[in-house]
Amino acid sequence: MLLGLIFPSEGEVHVLGGPVFGFEGRGSPALHRVGALIEEPAFWTYLSGRRNLEYFARAAGNAHERATRLGRIDEVLRTVGLAEAATKKVKAYSQGMRQRLGIAMALLGEPDLLVLDEPTNGLDPQGMREIRLLLRRLSDGGRTVFVSSHLLFEVEAMCDRVGVLAQGRLVADGPPSELRAAAGTIRVEVDDRGRARAILAAQAGVETIDDGQVGPIRLRLTSPATPAGVNAALVSAGLQVSALIPERVSLEDVFLALVEGADEAR
Amino acid sequence: MFWVEIGKSVHRARTYVFAAGLAGLAVLPVILLATTGSGSGGPPFFELIQHNGLFAALTAVALIQPFFLPLGTALLSGESIAGEASAGTLRYLLARPVGRRRLVALKYASVMAELAASVVWVMVLGLVAGGLAYGFGELPTLSGITISAGAGLLRILAAAAYVIAGSASVAAIGVFFSTLTDAGLGVAGGTIALAIARQVLDNLSSLRAIHPYLFTDKWLAWTDLFRSPVAWNAMARGVLLDVVYIGLFLGGALLVFSRRDVVS
Repeated sequence: MLLGLIFPSEGEVHVLGGPVFGFEGRGSPALHRVGALIEEPAFWTYLSGRRNLEYFARAAGNAHERATRLGRIDEVLRTVGLAEAATKKVKAYSQGMRQRLGIAMALLGEPDLLVLDEPTNGLDPQGMREIRLLLRRLSDGGRTVFVSSHLLFEVEAMCDRVGVLAQGRLVADGPPSELRAAAGTIRVEVDDRGRARAILAAQAGVETIDDGQVGPIRLRLTSPATPAGVNAALVSAGLQVSALIPERVSLEDVFLALVEGADEAR
Repeated sequence: MFWVEIGKSVHRARTYVFAAGLAGLAVLPVILLATTGSGSGGPPFFELIQHNGLFAALTAVALIQPFFLPLGTALLSGESIAGEASAGTLRYLLARPVGRRRLVALKYASVMAELAASVVWVMVLGLVAGGLAYGFGELPTLSGITISAGAGLLRILAAAAYVIAGSASVAAIGVFFSTLTDAGLGVAGGTIALAIARQVLDNLSSLRAIHPYLFTDKWLAWTDLFRSPVAWNAMARGVLLDVVYIGLFLGGALLVFSRRDVVS
């Protein structure tokens, strides 16, 4: 829907401040600034990689836009590492090469928004790393990069913000560290366990995981409780907090918990 | 973007295979005539080639009109949108963005351009072959009066234009069905079936009532160009019919494609 391919049953879609639908004649102007990789890259396989980019560059836009894109072909080919293979027919490309060419195509117009579906699909580990670094560079340079991926370690490594969709609803949205912390547990070591537990019981969003009378207290925190908030509550009550340790939880665990939770809530 | 489409065809082997095949058909009448010497029976104007090589152009066009031309049109038009859909490139073109109506219009235009080019190609090769074998000169018309070679050439061009206009309606049907699916070959098959069905229906005299509405009815009307005076009636009706078909089907294609979800 973001790219005008599927019509919404109701409501409007706006991208980069401009509407996407309503331009069935000439195409939405906003989409000129969007580069996309949709499910899988696709090409005219009887043409070379370079020609595919050329034809794609020429397909739309005014003369200036076309000229700019044509001028960038060498640069994007170099960026994705296809400079030598560019003259071969796409028919002969491996999956990794096609993936790279797809990314090159998305980059051609120097887009302000990149929408990439599984950008590292089919790439070897080195290639995956190159693309991750490239996307980080682009993002740091001020472009918005929107990635859809099932490789959560990759998402964790590269993304500033993560959104989790389950059953068509956005069930989580925030930096990976926040998402992990929100679903994670913390251990708190205090001098007076009894009093600490009483105080914490009164706190919203704090759930004590009962596992014994000695040692650190294990807590599960959900919004609005935060580790800092727990610390402040305990200290202001006069207790001494000697350790506050977040237990490591991976994004995958978070994701599965969220998705399963949504499944159950249905 | 129009030139992008043409450029793509230039890079395909099949374009040259088709061109070679058409070339063979175009010079076939002349070769047959020259080798066997007999002129009776055969496509329109066949026997007249002996008197004037200009007729070879007409015979060549007449040869491809009933089957090869509709087949080529159906293939090209059937593949126009559906081909991009099955290759997966349709979604990238639309997201570029290329407006939906613009894409349909451009695809139709490029199909027509390639069609027109094939007809001209066949005509020119026929002319060259006929000219080499039998020379040019004054044209005897079907009504007996002769016209100059120059005027004859003009009428031949008009005949080619009429044939192209006839194919334009098949192309519109093909493009319409092409917007509905992503199976290009299926559309091509369906379109050619429709074209043949119309010819078949046209030959069933019991269905005479609907004949005027089948565009194939007037396909050979261009032979009227070679009567003196030229009988414009049938051709005018043919062109009108073409316009109606094109309006209907191309309009339908534009409408359907403007609202359709693209998931391929």
